[in-house]
Amino acid sequence: MTRHILDASNLLCPMPVIRTQDRVKALNTGDILEVRCTDPGALNDIPAWCRVHGHEVVATDEDARGVVVILRVKMSDPA
Amino acid sequence: MTGSAQNQAKAVALISGGLDSMLAARVVKDQGVHVEGLNFFTGFCVEGHTHAIRNHNRKRPKRNNALWVAEQLGIKLHIIDVIEEYKDVVINPRHGYGANLNPCLDCKSFMVGKARQWMQAHGFDFIVTGEVVGQRPMSQRRETFPVVQRESGAGDLLLRPLCAKLQSPTAAERNGWVDRQSLYDFSGRSRKPQMALAAALGIEDYAQPAGGCCFLTDATYARKLNDLWQSRGKKTYELDDIMLLKVGRHIRPRPHFKLIIARDSGETNYLQGYRHRFSHLTMTSHNGPLTLIEGDINESEMVLAARIAARFGQGRDANEVTFDAVLGRGDPVPLCIQPLPSSEIPAQWYI
Repeated sequence: MTRHILDASNLLCPMPVIRTQDRVKALNTGDILEVRCTDPGALNDIPAWCRVHGHEVVATDEDARGVVVILRVKMSDPA
Repeated sequence: MTGSAQNQAKAVALISGGLDSMLAARVVKDQGVHVEGLNFFTGFCVEGHTHAIRNHNRKRPKRNNALWVAEQLGIKLHIIDVIEEYKDVVINPRHGYGANLNPCLDCKSFMVGKARQWMQAHGFDFIVTGEVVGQRPMSQRRETFPVVQRESGAGDLLLRPLCAKLQSPTAAERNGWVDRQSLYDFSGRSRKPQMALAAALGIEDYAQPAGGCCFLTDATYARKLNDLWQSRGKKTYELDDIMLLKVGRHIRPRPHFKLIIARDSGETNYLQGYRHRFSHLTMTSHNGPLTLIEGDINESEMVLAARIAARFGQGRDANEVTFDAVLGRGDPVPLCIQPLPSSEIPAQWYI
């Protein structure tokens, strides 16, 4: 298991989701990805994307600097 | 219909986030087809989050409708960045524009064509869209349906479940991947058949009934994009250009520069992310919006820009308003000006 960080700051929906999707393609099952965003919508959209693709949302957080979503890659998702 | 999972037919559905594409995907999925969704991000998509930049929209639900639809349907959704490829569709539409700068027919052919490529690359069998014949004046007409099939290269691998009974059978029907009798014969601009079908399927919540998903159909936005092209002398754009057209008041006092003035603190926060790329004005003596200046200006033009920007802060009626003015990549310099009377801002400066 490897931990990765994706900085999606200053991107508006749906770019944080697209960046997350593209990054996850290159990861392995069990890897952890921490996505940092400034668009508050990412707090809903990245977990929604995880749910439809079967990845696990480990934690979410929001503060004055933005939003953090931590996910665990659950399956191979080459598409 | 295909029975076992091993032989289960696979369809890729274009999912906009609206009702029609949601119904089309659901109808096909209900026939036992494995469905996955595609959503294309062109840069012109109207999203709740873009609106959420502004203060008065902060309480709106922040959801990506396409993702939300996928979750309701229980299908995967792949969001594809087509910003670069889409430029040619916007700049050189073979079939021209609609009422504004909306190249709807070229857009549909482009998106179905991208879906065809994805389908072939991922071993899917056919494409599903939520098109309804007669629904849209430009792209969803009986005469344009074959154009989309031909120019996208999808041919009869494109199934339009909501009006399939009004079309010749496609490969999906002929091959028994779907039952034609369980498809629909919707036509025209009325939304009632779709709403009735939604109710019958137990779908109670959905996004905008039709249209409104693309800024290029918006007259004000189209005017700003035309102004951008005219000021540059050529039809080009980058993503940041078209994002900034969605934000702020745009005022062009001279052909070679314009002001982008935030309309509230939400937009000021958003424009802060761009200020290092532009000359800009930050009001210091009063509460007021951040102003970006697009174009090369000199010091006297910076004074004009500041006098205009002062109209939009709390010091609009004051004798003096002070800014931190940044010209190009220079350091902030205090700039004290008298706000321009509103009568001296011609209506034609507003884009």
